[in-house]
Amino acid sequence: MSTRQINSLFNKKILLQATKDSFTKLNPVILIKNPVIFMVGIGSVLTTIAVISGIFSGNFSGFNLQIAIWLWFTVLFANFSEAIAEGRGKAQADSLRKSRIQTMARRLVGDREETIAAPELRKGDVVICDAGDVIPSDGEVVEGIASVDESAITGESAPVIRESGGDRSAVTGGTKVISDRILIKITSEPGDNFIDRMIALVEGAKRQKTPNEIALSILLAGLSIIFLLAVVTLPAFFGYSLSASGLPLSQNLTIPVLIALLVCLIPTTIGGLLSAIGISGMDRLLQRNIIATSGKAIEAAGDVDVLLLDKTGTITLGNRMATNFFPADGVSESDLAHAAQLSSLSDETPEGRSIVILAKEKFDFRGKDIHQKNAVFIPFTAQSKMSGVNLTDAKGIVHQIRKGSSEAIRSFILNGNGFFPKKMEEKVSELARMGATPLVVAEDNKILGIIQLKDIVKGGIKQRFAQLRSMGIRTVMITGDNALTAAAIAAEAGVDDFMAEATPEDKLRRIRLEQANGHLVGMIGDGTNDAPALAQADIGIAMNSGTQAAREAGNMVDLDSNPTKLIEVVEVGKQLLMTRGALTTFSIANDVAKYFAIIPAIAVSLYAGKDGIGPLSALNVMNLGSPESAILSAVIFNALIIILLVPLALKGVPYRPVSANTALIRNLVIYGFGGIIAPFVGIKIIDLTINLFT
Amino acid sequence: MTTLDIIQVLLFIALLIGLTPVLGKYMYKVFTGEKHIMLPVFGWLEKLIYKFVRVNPDNETNWKSYTFGLLLFNMVGFLFVFLIQLFQAQLPLNPSNLANVSWHSAFNTAVSFMTNTNWQGYGGEITLSYFVQMIGLAVQNFVSAATGIAVIIAVLRGISRKNTDKLGNFWSDLTRSTLYILLPLSILFAVVLVGQGVVQNFNSYETVQTLQGGEQVLPMGPAASQIAIKQLGTNGGGFFNTNSAHPFENPTPFSNFLEMFAILIISASLTYTYGKMVGSTRQGWTIFSVMMMLFVTGLTISLYSEYSTNPVFGHLSSMEGKETRFGITNSVIWSTSTTAASNGSVNAMHDSLSPLAGMMAIINIMLGEIIFGGVGAGLYGMFVFVILTVFIAGLMVGRTPEYMGKKVGAFEVQMAIIANLSTSFVILIFTAWAAVSSYGLTSLNNAGPHGFSEILYAFSSAAGNNGSAFAGLNANTLFYNLTLGIGMLIGRFGVIIPVLAIAGSLAGKNITPNSAGTFRTDTWLFAGLLIAVILIVGGLTYFPALSLGPIIEHLLMNSGITF
Repeated sequence: MSTRQINSLFNKKILLQATKDSFTKLNPVILIKNPVIFMVGIGSVLTTIAVISGIFSGNFSGFNLQIAIWLWFTVLFANFSEAIAEGRGKAQADSLRKSRIQTMARRLVGDREETIAAPELRKGDVVICDAGDVIPSDGEVVEGIASVDESAITGESAPVIRESGGDRSAVTGGTKVISDRILIKITSEPGDNFIDRMIALVEGAKRQKTPNEIALSILLAGLSIIFLLAVVTLPAFFGYSLSASGLPLSQNLTIPVLIALLVCLIPTTIGGLLSAIGISGMDRLLQRNIIATSGKAIEAAGDVDVLLLDKTGTITLGNRMATNFFPADGVSESDLAHAAQLSSLSDETPEGRSIVILAKEKFDFRGKDIHQKNAVFIPFTAQSKMSGVNLTDAKGIVHQIRKGSSEAIRSFILNGNGFFPKKMEEKVSELARMGATPLVVAEDNKILGIIQLKDIVKGGIKQRFAQLRSMGIRTVMITGDNALTAAAIAAEAGVDDFMAEATPEDKLRRIRLEQANGHLVGMIGDGTNDAPALAQADIGIAMNSGTQAAREAGNMVDLDSNPTKLIEVVEVGKQLLMTRGALTTFSIANDVAKYFAIIPAIAVSLYAGKDGIGPLSALNVMNLGSPESAILSAVIFNALIIILLVPLALKGVPYRPVSANTALIRNLVIYGFGGIIAPFVGIKIIDLTINLFT
Repeated sequence: MTTLDIIQVLLFIALLIGLTPVLGKYMYKVFTGEKHIMLPVFGWLEKLIYKFVRVNPDNETNWKSYTFGLLLFNMVGFLFVFLIQLFQAQLPLNPSNLANVSWHSAFNTAVSFMTNTNWQGYGGEITLSYFVQMIGLAVQNFVSAATGIAVIIAVLRGISRKNTDKLGNFWSDLTRSTLYILLPLSILFAVVLVGQGVVQNFNSYETVQTLQGGEQVLPMGPAASQIAIKQLGTNGGGFFNTNSAHPFENPTPFSNFLEMFAILIISASLTYTYGKMVGSTRQGWTIFSVMMMLFVTGLTISLYSEYSTNPVFGHLSSMEGKETRFGITNSVIWSTSTTAASNGSVNAMHDSLSPLAGMMAIINIMLGEIIFGGVGAGLYGMFVFVILTVFIAGLMVGRTPEYMGKKVGAFEVQMAIIANLSTSFVILIFTAWAAVSSYGLTSLNNAGPHGFSEILYAFSSAAGNNGSAFAGLNANTLFYNLTLGIGMLIGRFGVIIPVLAIAGSLAGKNITPNSAGTFRTDTWLFAGLLIAVILIVGGLTYFPALSLGPIIEHLLMNSGITF
């Protein structure tokens, strides 16, 4: 199932299942978890009883029946919203899980090997995986090195290297070994690996309410109780008014009318959509290939106001690139570029390639021109730290062109009785101070010049940080570089602060310090030595490529191992909280109109003159057709608005990276002011429709 | 309205705005231990009191101990006032030989003064001896107000401190509020009032010949000292039954102006203290402006309604039930101030207000006595709404709601809801009970929606610890004495305890520094939001009740029917 299909609201399978679930969720044991909707449920039962007893006592009321039907719809719609969110989340999770269902594992017992089903593996078991095997469960490589295809969970087709020891030792169940052989120590109990945990979070049974959700539920329950007080006391006030108007007490408000009023007042809209909002938050993370181990973590992401970002991969492209040529005295830049390109043709590292590209861009040299010459390529090795080419010219003299670190070239030159010009020495150290990497190019015993390699700040990252700043989030760049280098890159990327030559202990200390000052810190990491910092951070995202220790310590795992994700996680968190706040405001604002529909309707006969229309009819500002249609319209609006807002609950309110004040004004206008206006319009339309048919 | 009336209203408001920072700053100094002008005057007395009751003022406690101290102190105060009423005939300073008070009236009165409500189910001059008035009621007038101040100071410590469980020392806050704030202001005010002609003596009542040749008993007594604190401490319990409509309580237009002003000044100034204590006076002014906007709105509607042509009588502005010496504007400023500020003193009969002005009076009380409100009580009541507003709207900026850098979580919301529920429970449930029971209805003097408004007003007044009455209701019955008494207790402590719990919880939290992502609570936007939440929550809770009382009455009056 492709992501697009899952995301479509009109996926038939999910809709069908959600419709079924709406009914199974009527079970009071499940329903009571949502106090507001539970209250509506009780109201529906009482109204239904009133309808049935009406039938038996011979005064059947079609009005009561309609109220009962719409109250049941209110409950069902609320259930439906939750069910559809669960359905989408499950579908998303299922597509992750699919690959891992029927895997067989080769468990190592002593020297012997036995084949068992993957779900029977226990924590601590050691399994063997050869090329072609599917890794049976989450674990850690204890022996060997292999390339692994993780496309099943990340969608990324390029294989990744996993090896024992170091920071690339963790493997995920469901991924496939494509070369070599590794021994894996299983690190999770069956049914308790990351994907299992995520699925449990999405499914209803194990889902726990997050702190914010609990607080909001309390607010909603509290408001419901206040409205319950307002409604249960109404017959007493009404009775008094009836006596004062000289009307019989038998005209007092009926149970269905009172329940209709109550249901309209209590915050059913947000009450019905609350869990859908929470689930879809997790779902949105999952769509970004991030697995959260708790709903709490997603919420905390919205609160994070300090982000610790690793320089490499997040702020800069992973590799340094050539940006400049600095020729030695008596050498033209074009000669230098030419030599640099020649010497790099055999250098397959990204740095080497970038030199070839730079020369091409600057002077339009094409590497293939030299193939006619008699050339012997010297590839780059870790030992020599040089690459180059030996060219034989027409006279048969061999020219050795080399490019490499200043130390390597120095010894190369000195071997040929050359010397390293002072000016070049100075340039090398100057570049190093600026945070660049200088590579020196030499021909035989002569220095031609220097190539400057620089960290390339990712395109658009500066704007991203500016956005974060406007949202009140501070960014701190972490790097192992020296302070000068770090400062130069920090300035270029526009981060607020940086930590140079940072050790894992420094990171941990920094996080603690920020937290002591009241900040919430988010970070992303992969290595074993990142684990303490990941655990300490309020949001710790472990890269899936990282170690098992890191993955256990963090509260989210990024399957794509893309450090920029941290920013997206913050956005998902903020959007989740905003959606909740917006719909709560909308729900409460709605009540104003409902009062204006129902109060004049029920009080029409009080203190009435000869025309039978009491003074409170003046409050009927919507000019609704009849008292019955007024009450019914309010109830119908109340039920329909839930279903109409399901897409918004699932997608979340439109999110923009702006300051708190701007976001507040925007949301207030739409959901607060709109929340007051919408029901006036909606109820009037429904009322017109009802009166059209009667 | 004449130009003079308008000038007076503007002067009243301007003076309030002008004096708020002055008194507010002084109170800030009192509670933060800075040097202030009253220290040399009463400093020795403070130390003496600590020595006498063996309290170390530096020994700060957590919210539970703070609350316990507060409850214990109030309970003792209640028992004392209750008992001296039961035995006043046997006690001294009773020159007019008044009899012992019935137990339920004594209960009601004791609760009423202890809770800063000062609802009076009895007539002061015909029921209570000077002893009870001075030793019982006047003392409670001070300490109930001081209790309110202590609570808000504890709340402010909870907001401004971090990672601690200490909210301060209740006994020291109580002593300082009384000695340095209420006592000096009252003495000053009483002297001014005596200068205006308010009586202050221990004489027995005098009988005089009236111009018509009849006889009239003129009540005497130590009135000025009690009136000063009843206004300043938002108590409102009059020395005489007709309260500040009585010429011995309120003899001149100047005394009237000062008495109205005294109702609001401490509560208003506390907003400045608030700002100082949380480290941003803008925060204080934001709350002040919310209170002021609600106040001015209520005042405007009431004035408009009172000055409109009465459709029944066909002439402008009804003077029935108002003191001719003061006229309409002064009656309306008073009725608005006294209901907004949980004072409850009156200089006109609220029963005789036009329906809309009467409704504004009820609404002022129903909103929770937060428009300036009772001393301390108004501000901590407003604090509850601030918490609710921050929670509802704060989510919309995409963060866990926070106030002054403190995260507002489930516990705070729960407590805020309990505080809110306490008053609505009393108003709605007890009004409903009275409206359907014979013991509730037999006390009514008026029929129709107006009678209903009277009951609604009484319980709102009790729940809001206001103490004023619509006066058409005979409340000195077993039923009303008990239900109103219980209502006052719930309305007072049902708010104080949760508010202190919130303070305790906030004190223990860390403070998130401000950033662009912070939900600002010192802006006009927030002020508007706060007003919206107050009006919507209050409105939604009471709209049905109001519509069957004052709203219907107003509509009926417009079609020529009165009750």
